[in-house]
Amino acid sequence: FHPAAGPSEPKMAGADGDDSLYPIAVLIDELRNEDVQLRLNSIKKLSTIALALGVERTRTELLPFLTDTIYDEDEVLLALAEQLGNFTMLVGGPEYVHCLLPPLESLATVEETVVRDKAVESLRKISQEHSPVDLEVHFEPLVKRLASGDWFTSRTSACGLFSVCYPRVSSTVKAEIRQHFRTLCSDDTPMVRRAAASKLGEFAKVLELDYVKSDIIPLFTALASDEQDSVRLLAVEACVSIATLLPQEDLETLVMPTLRQAAEDKSWRVRYMVADKFSELQKAVGPEITKNDLVPAFQNLLKDCEAEVRAAAANKVKEFCENLPEDGRETIIMTHILPCVKELVSDTNQHVKSALASVIMGLSTILGKDNTIEHLLPLFLAQLKDECPEVRLNIISNLDCVNEVIGIRQLSQSLLPAIVELAEDAKWRVRLAIIEYMPLLAGQLGVEFFDEKLNSLCMAWLVDHVYAIREAATCNLMKLVEKFGAEWAQNTIVPKVLGMANDPNYLHRMTTLFCINALSEACGQEITTKHMLPVVLKMSNDQVANVRFNVAKCLQKIGPVLDNNALQTEVKPVLEKLAADQDMDVKYFAQEAISVLALA
Amino acid sequence: METPAKLPPSSPSSPTAGFSVPSAEKVDGFPRRSMRRARQRRSHSSSQFRYQSSQVELTALPLLKDTPVAELHDLFCKKLQQCCVLFDFLDCVADLKGKEIKRAALNELVESLATSRGVLIEPIYPEIIKMISVNIFRTLPPSENPEFDPEEDEPTLEASWPHLQLVYEFFLRFLESADFQPSMAKRYVDQKFVLQLLELFDSEDPREREYLKTILHRVYGKLLGLRAYIRKQINNIFLRFIYETEHFNGVAELLEILGSIINGFALPLKSEHKQFLVRVLIPLHTAKSLSVFHAQLAYCVVQFMEKDATVTEYIIRGLLKFWPKTCTQKEVMFLGEIEEILDVIEPSQFVRVQDSLFKQIAACISSPHFQVAERALYFWNNEYILSLIEENCHVILPLVFGTLYRVSKEHWNQTIVSLIYNVLKTFMEMNSKLFDDLTASYKLEKQKELKRERERLELWRGLEEQQQRRLQSLGEASRNQKNLQDRESPASQF
Repeated sequence: FHPAAGPSEPKMAGADGDDSLYPIAVLIDELRNEDVQLRLNSIKKLSTIALALGVERTRTELLPFLTDTIYDEDEVLLALAEQLGNFTMLVGGPEYVHCLLPPLESLATVEETVVRDKAVESLRKISQEHSPVDLEVHFEPLVKRLASGDWFTSRTSACGLFSVCYPRVSSTVKAEIRQHFRTLCSDDTPMVRRAAASKLGEFAKVLELDYVKSDIIPLFTALASDEQDSVRLLAVEACVSIATLLPQEDLETLVMPTLRQAAEDKSWRVRYMVADKFSELQKAVGPEITKNDLVPAFQNLLKDCEAEVRAAAANKVKEFCENLPEDGRETIIMTHILPCVKELVSDTNQHVKSALASVIMGLSTILGKDNTIEHLLPLFLAQLKDECPEVRLNIISNLDCVNEVIGIRQLSQSLLPAIVELAEDAKWRVRLAIIEYMPLLAGQLGVEFFDEKLNSLCMAWLVDHVYAIREAATCNLMKLVEKFGAEWAQNTIVPKVLGMANDPNYLHRMTTLFCINALSEACGQEITTKHMLPVVLKMSNDQVANVRFNVAKCLQKIGPVLDNNALQTEVKPVLEKLAADQDMDVKYFAQEAISVLALA
Repeated sequence: METPAKLPPSSPSSPTAGFSVPSAEKVDGFPRRSMRRARQRRSHSSSQFRYQSSQVELTALPLLKDTPVAELHDLFCKKLQQCCVLFDFLDCVADLKGKEIKRAALNELVESLATSRGVLIEPIYPEIIKMISVNIFRTLPPSENPEFDPEEDEPTLEASWPHLQLVYEFFLRFLESADFQPSMAKRYVDQKFVLQLLELFDSEDPREREYLKTILHRVYGKLLGLRAYIRKQINNIFLRFIYETEHFNGVAELLEILGSIINGFALPLKSEHKQFLVRVLIPLHTAKSLSVFHAQLAYCVVQFMEKDATVTEYIIRGLLKFWPKTCTQKEVMFLGEIEEILDVIEPSQFVRVQDSLFKQIAACISSPHFQVAERALYFWNNEYILSLIEENCHVILPLVFGTLYRVSKEHWNQTIVSLIYNVLKTFMEMNSKLFDDLTASYKLEKQKELKRERERLELWRGLEEQQQRRLQSLGEASRNQKNLQDRESPASQF
């Protein structure tokens, strides 16, 4: 409806009389259909119904009906909550938008979180369409009602609405809103405190700085020492926003005590949250506090007794180091961070090691060539030999970072065994992952190294017993040819691929066809016509039908690469023969190829 | 006065089924659940040994039984203090001597609570509670298997169990001791204590939950002042489980306790209790892991009905609202629960819900999943339910007839078809006149239904055409208006 936004309301109402042929009862019957699916469909097309009724009857008849009969399956309520957020034009524009509040208010009190959240989202959306006066007359009272509701659901919903009305109301009402928020932060029900804690940062952002200090900080401190860790960890999130709002000189007294406490919380969930938000926290508190406080805190998190926390912290190593103030960065990393990192390389938990492996290569750009060779390289090499394939894979997938700093040659001797082992891993997903890095590796290691060490691996994947691997191997060949050129292809891989056409296993014979599909374009017309086409044509006599119809598909695919002569004299007769095959599928694909290549 | 009844006998622990490696696994080498299970069999975890910085060396104290009565309390306290020292059980060879001393001390403490009277004097209470708190209260470790499925996977066991078990045993003996004085205990077993106790129910270790269950039940029974608080906190745990995390290991145990609590509710039911039924117990049915605690949940629900028949309608309507849409396994569980409910339903209540209920039952009968259809059809083998159906045949038969008739002709499963024939036969015997009328009008009804369907489609086609027209005219209107504005103030464009 957005394209139609902005028409004046009287015009719409005027148009109503003409074709409102539908009695409301019929439409409401649709919304009450016994079949949930049909009811759901009707609700999803509520705008159509509203349009049919016109703005006035939507306001006076449809909305009251919706408000009164809200007892339905959550699925239906969810759709309703979503619809109502886009209903402003259908009730007559911003002037009447407050008509939407009653049904949304009821929806904001239902039990199911998904429905309630959607209702709050819609309320937030339409709050923007309220005039400041309407906001105080209609919207804010609704927020108050929700905030003092009996059951926890309405109070949790209220938490999400304060920040949207606060900036646009008078100072008296503002004071009331702050009071309500305070009350909810110390609510008896943990669900409500969690909702309040999760909106604390957002609310702080719309408050005047004085109130951030006088109101938000005490709430923040209280929530951060709540008896339930599920509340405390949400305060960590809020910490980021709050720290951003305060001037540097206030951080030490107002935020840091709480943050220090959170980093050493007895619940690992809270410490995990601190680790997970570490980069954001670092940016929010600035370089000085980072140097004095966050560095030791980060060290502790990297050494935490709970693997979950260590893994979260390990994930942040690169980002944290990157964002350290440039003066003294290297010293801090070398003396404080690197020793912890070294220990993590031999951590007992594979998730920790693998988290570290996914970022550790990034340190080389920060530390420069010499440090990388002296300090990081041994770690990379250790991780390349790790027993867990994921760790090795993460190192290999980030090779480009090191390549820029020290060149990949330093690593190539250790890389090779690691690659070979991954290439033969028992898990096909691991094999798949390493295949995907092959083109990158080939590019960095150069054609000679590749031919000598890796080529045979790439060919071996073509006969893997898992289809996904054979498929990926085919695609890999194409990328290699794009990198190394057609001549290289003709000398190294094409003969091997074509050799498989005589394999006793029909799956391998089909792999030849799949490779040709992938390679013909990269290899160009000459190789395709001279070397590949004869093999394909010969395979049209294969005794397995699957091979024959793949010949048809292959010809269709490589047709555009061939010249007209080859098409007419060689491809056409074969396709015609296949089109008369006794197998239905072969016929079908042959005919399709004939029509696509316009050979009929 | 509400008195908690005896706990129902706990359900037999789930048998550990043998496993075999499916042949597909050898092909792609990607471990499936069954494999993971095997590997996790001896999985231990502990978060107990965490916050202690310096380790104290323990020295064995004299035995309690060899001590003169005058020094008994003093020694008892010293042993309690010794037991506050925590050990690292993940490292199984660390400080074996200390571990043994603590184990022996705990054993002795347990023993002496059980045998000698007069040990529990007031100054001991805070020491006892301190020792228990230090040992059992801890943030539970993260699950080793993030997608832990209580039905499939072996739980991670608490590594420090050799000590922890004795501490729980001691706690239990303490609560059950003839000397136990609730008036003294309530100063130390307070709300904060109970809240932490409840959080432990999330432990993955079933042995721990079993102890906690009995302990909480005793606390509820003896410390009257905490009852309302305990109920409220259990509510909160359930609500968080239902609407926020969908993860809590001790739901079944908590429900088992509640089952006995409900039994003791005074009549008429307080609104708090009704609210608990409608807003907590019924929504618990939506949980993905329902099968883990369904037996206990159904027990609670039926307890409520037996207490006060007027809640029947809430229960049935609630179940119908949350009826599973896609999970047939859960549907079978729902049907089982409905049968349990119908077994004890009062006829006057049955009449109030029969309409919606039998519409759902009809829908189940037409389920392509034969277990669902079969479970629904079994209702007709239940004598009490059959008598209710017979009494209300004039209402129920028209509701289910169409379905029975249709499904009898088209269900793929022969067992279902023959079950339906039996049901139809029963109905025929109950009210042959109505049965004949319905058979006669079946085709007509079908045609009416088709006609209604056509009308609906027609209606929507009309509505959508109208919408198109309106959108068009609105678009024009807004274009016109925009043109007008542009002409008036060419500068205000943005």
